[in-house]
Amino acid sequence: MKRFEIIEHTADIGLRAYGKDLKGLFNNVAIGMFKIMGLNSSIKEKDRIKIKVDSDTYENLLVNWLSELLFQFNKTKIFFRRFLIKKFGDFYILAEAIGQKIDFQTFKFGDEIKAVTYHDLKVEKTKSGWRCNLIFDV
Amino acid sequence: MAEIWQGKLEKIDDYKWRIPVTYKPGMKVPGIIYADEELLPGILSDKAPEQVANVAFLPGIVKYSLAMPDIHWGYGFCIGGVAATDIERGGVISPGGVGYDVNCGVRLVRSDLRHEEIKGKLEELVNALYHGIPAGVGSKGDIRVSVEEEERLLLQGSEWCIKKGYGTKEDLECTEDGGRIEGADPTKVSDRAYERGKGQSGTLGSGNHFLEIQTVDQIYDKEVAEKMGIFLGQITIMIHSGSRGLGYQVCDDYVKSMVHCLSKYNINVPDRQLACAPLDSEEAKAYLGAMRCAANYAWANRQNLMHLTRLIFERVLGKGWQKLGLFLVYDVAHNIAKIEKHKIDGKEKSLCVHRKGATRAFPSGHPDLPKRYRDIGQPVIIPGDMGRNSFLLVGTEGASESFYSTCHGAGRVLSRSAAIRACRGRRIDKELLEKKGIIVRASGRGTIEEEAPEAYKDISEVVNVVHEAGLSRRVARMRPLGVIKG
Repeated sequence: MKRFEIIEHTADIGLRAYGKDLKGLFNNVAIGMFKIMGLNSSIKEKDRIKIKVDSDTYENLLVNWLSELLFQFNKTKIFFRRFLIKKFGDFYILAEAIGQKIDFQTFKFGDEIKAVTYHDLKVEKTKSGWRCNLIFDV
Repeated sequence: MAEIWQGKLEKIDDYKWRIPVTYKPGMKVPGIIYADEELLPGILSDKAPEQVANVAFLPGIVKYSLAMPDIHWGYGFCIGGVAATDIERGGVISPGGVGYDVNCGVRLVRSDLRHEEIKGKLEELVNALYHGIPAGVGSKGDIRVSVEEEERLLLQGSEWCIKKGYGTKEDLECTEDGGRIEGADPTKVSDRAYERGKGQSGTLGSGNHFLEIQTVDQIYDKEVAEKMGIFLGQITIMIHSGSRGLGYQVCDDYVKSMVHCLSKYNINVPDRQLACAPLDSEEAKAYLGAMRCAANYAWANRQNLMHLTRLIFERVLGKGWQKLGLFLVYDVAHNIAKIEKHKIDGKEKSLCVHRKGATRAFPSGHPDLPKRYRDIGQPVIIPGDMGRNSFLLVGTEGASESFYSTCHGAGRVLSRSAAIRACRGRRIDKELLEKKGIIVRASGRGTIEEEAPEAYKDISEVVNVVHEAGLSRRVARMRPLGVIKG
């Protein structure tokens, strides 16, 4: 199963992600976001932090989940590559984000994601699992 | 790329098109797009026109939802969008109508130097700027702002820099709002926003932000150009940056809180990214207080970037910056919402004007202009892509129909991945150097390809539309010589 793909957007960058269940979907969309920012094989699994988010719908939970990862990345400088979702409920997530602290001056970044927007945001059930669409401001 | 937009569009004249209010139930006013026959097909090839119609849903919107000729698909608002809401008629403010990079803007610095004089020094200057100006994702600068000072910076904007010795009072006079917007409230800025903006003052950032050495290659209005200190063959410097991580987080915080205002205030908009709140609500007041802090942060940032640039020119050319004539022409914001007075059907009204990728353009005689520009109008700075031109315009009375707003840049035509595909196997920096003599330096992987000239509309066409439509008037054209990208 394809995990994610980039959606063309004139000014910004969109992402479509897939998962066999919601947990898988939220994992894949997070990996997609860090890929856009330049995730590569040099990033090891050395540092980890706990992530806790909640909301009132799956769409809003998705925005909060990615916004929290983005904020923690900017704060801790840990470039995340793996996400251990320990609890996933209506509508909350307890997880661990794992990656490696990087030097912002020397790391070869992809696109800087400023924020996760609500524009064209969708989380929907498909025949084979779950799918989501979203647009990042870059 | 998305399919061709199939909505209703009526031609008003050669430079103006209307989306009728009947296009979608819920629109409160018509949409107006400024464009000519050349630009229109590009504009209709993505979702931007639909976004113009969506903005027309905003409660209290006055007259029309406007789009400048550099319009392209954004999120919520289109880029190049202008919307004014009436405070007395339940008007709202929408953080998405300002954008994540609050007070992203441009400043133009003039000089007494001629292109021929520094030809031999150009590469050294570009390299010194590239190494001396912090750029790229999350870049941190040499300008240190302590925690106690951060709050003062958010309140004082560029004035904070002047107090620290990073510029002169004259710089403030030549900055929109004097580089300090009133009503900033640091208590409305979240700890997260402080955290994201920490150490980033005096840094360029990434994406389309840049610092450019240019030369004036065309003068359209000699008299006005002279009053702005601009002459043919002159060296100018253009700086394009915004409020960095602090602004992104301010917008993010308030879009999230205002998504919940939609049901609280019974507001019907077709896109959640248009989340908004009535201007007299607590949520709106809090956002205004925080957004103005971010706006002041951005003005201080561009002031600090100009200060660093002046120091680098001094070092490389061995002369003081005043002797080099490195004075600010003007600094404009192009992502901002402001409470302004406008005459609507003969009556003066207090409006909240959202400019999302649009530039304020006050005409001559406007009381908010500094004395030196009051008899000619506000300088309007329109950056182009890194291979073509940038323009200096001046505000005109014709822009009263657009709440004194004009375009802000070239506007993208290719998505970032399409631009990278178009550049596959090519070295854009080499092409620019060999074909046009432009020296380009970028810190990010893929930045040069994503920002390649063909990813943008032709700035000359965009400027031609605002000139012909009477939204502002051409004064001078600049050509890039050296470009620093994030």
